[in-house]
Amino acid sequence: MARITAGIATSHVPAIGAAFDQGRSGDAYWAPVFAGYEWVKAWEKVEKPDVVILCYNDHASAMMLDVVPTFALGCAEEFAPADEGWGARPVPMVYGHIELAAHLAEQLVLDDFDMTLMNHMDVDHGLTVPLSLMFGKVDEWPVKVIPLAVNVTQFPTPSGNRCWMLGEAIAHAVEAFPEDLNVQIWGTGGMSHQLQGPRAGLINPEFDNAFLDGLTKDTDGLRAITRLEYLRESGTEGIELIMWLIMRAALGKDVEELQRFYHVPASNTAVGHIVLRPKTAT
Amino acid sequence: MRTRPYPLSDLEDIPGTTVFTAKRSREAYHLHKFCMSLMDEANRAAFRDHERAYLDKFRMSEEQKRAVQDRDFNRLIDLGGNIYFLVKLSNTDGWSTQRAVGSMTGMTADEYAAMMRAGGRSPEGNRSIREGN
Repeated sequence: MARITAGIATSHVPAIGAAFDQGRSGDAYWAPVFAGYEWVKAWEKVEKPDVVILCYNDHASAMMLDVVPTFALGCAEEFAPADEGWGARPVPMVYGHIELAAHLAEQLVLDDFDMTLMNHMDVDHGLTVPLSLMFGKVDEWPVKVIPLAVNVTQFPTPSGNRCWMLGEAIAHAVEAFPEDLNVQIWGTGGMSHQLQGPRAGLINPEFDNAFLDGLTKDTDGLRAITRLEYLRESGTEGIELIMWLIMRAALGKDVEELQRFYHVPASNTAVGHIVLRPKTAT
Repeated sequence: MRTRPYPLSDLEDIPGTTVFTAKRSREAYHLHKFCMSLMDEANRAAFRDHERAYLDKFRMSEEQKRAVQDRDFNRLIDLGGNIYFLVKLSNTDGWSTQRAVGSMTGMTADEYAAMMRAGGRSPEGNRSIREGN
């Protein structure tokens, strides 16, 4: 049987990808950011997940213009890195897991989640920066990836609580998949940041750290955060944190925090990263 | 009427902030179509070669075209734009996202970068116009 063995959250700042790709990860500005991911890179080599269900948002690269899906599940064999205006990132092709993706597509709709299914799409920094942070510079990604894109751009986004419920449904669906697979679920984006208008540059470390604490200690509190509260407290792009709740809900009631990292700034953004293990996992 | 946790007009109560809605998304559809066209190198070359001629291929408003030519990101957001589309333009120019974002704050690029290095903009006084907190 497939099982979810861990959840990881991380910010997915494009400038981190640029620093990584251009060999600037040792610069004084970037070194503290990349140092925060050394632990997880070593840990992933031991964990060797087979598949990652990767919750991220498309930054107007494959969707959001003609079609604005609330939840879009990547069902293809492969997903090419997108050209976001300065050429595609020089990272490997992302390969999907079509059997598990099809199973999720089926089970989630049966569970009343009206998913959009993507049979072809490119993936942008929202998905590839987390892969670079967890696996470093590689010739091919050591996992299959099922992209799960969430609308966090156009109001109204799904609520945090709806994301939580989706995460619970994903956990049930994975558990019902017959193949023996080591599955991780990642929530990406955040933490506090605002990329528009005179308020741009907003960073709220108190909100961010309370959110990180809440992932183990007060999940009901996190579920209750409204869209307006995210916008006010963590900036217009800080609402990406709702994607972390999909990850957290998929891990079940109690989790152990294995690793945490918080750093300001990376470009415009507060970087947050956490690794969680379900307490029921064997 | 169904009850909501807060009136949607509260979205306009956040200082220095424009919330991107379905209505704005439609207003900016052709602007955004232009932005996404810049995901192709041949289109980027055509745009660099003659900006106005390239913009005229899109059904954008005159104000939107002028704001693109001025690289006036606050104006582009006033005209419906969203930053995730607009960075295709700043990326085409070789700008960092920080430079594009900082250009909306009234600060110089150096001042904005220094603010971010010092921990960013505090939420204090930036949460609500009405409450002034």
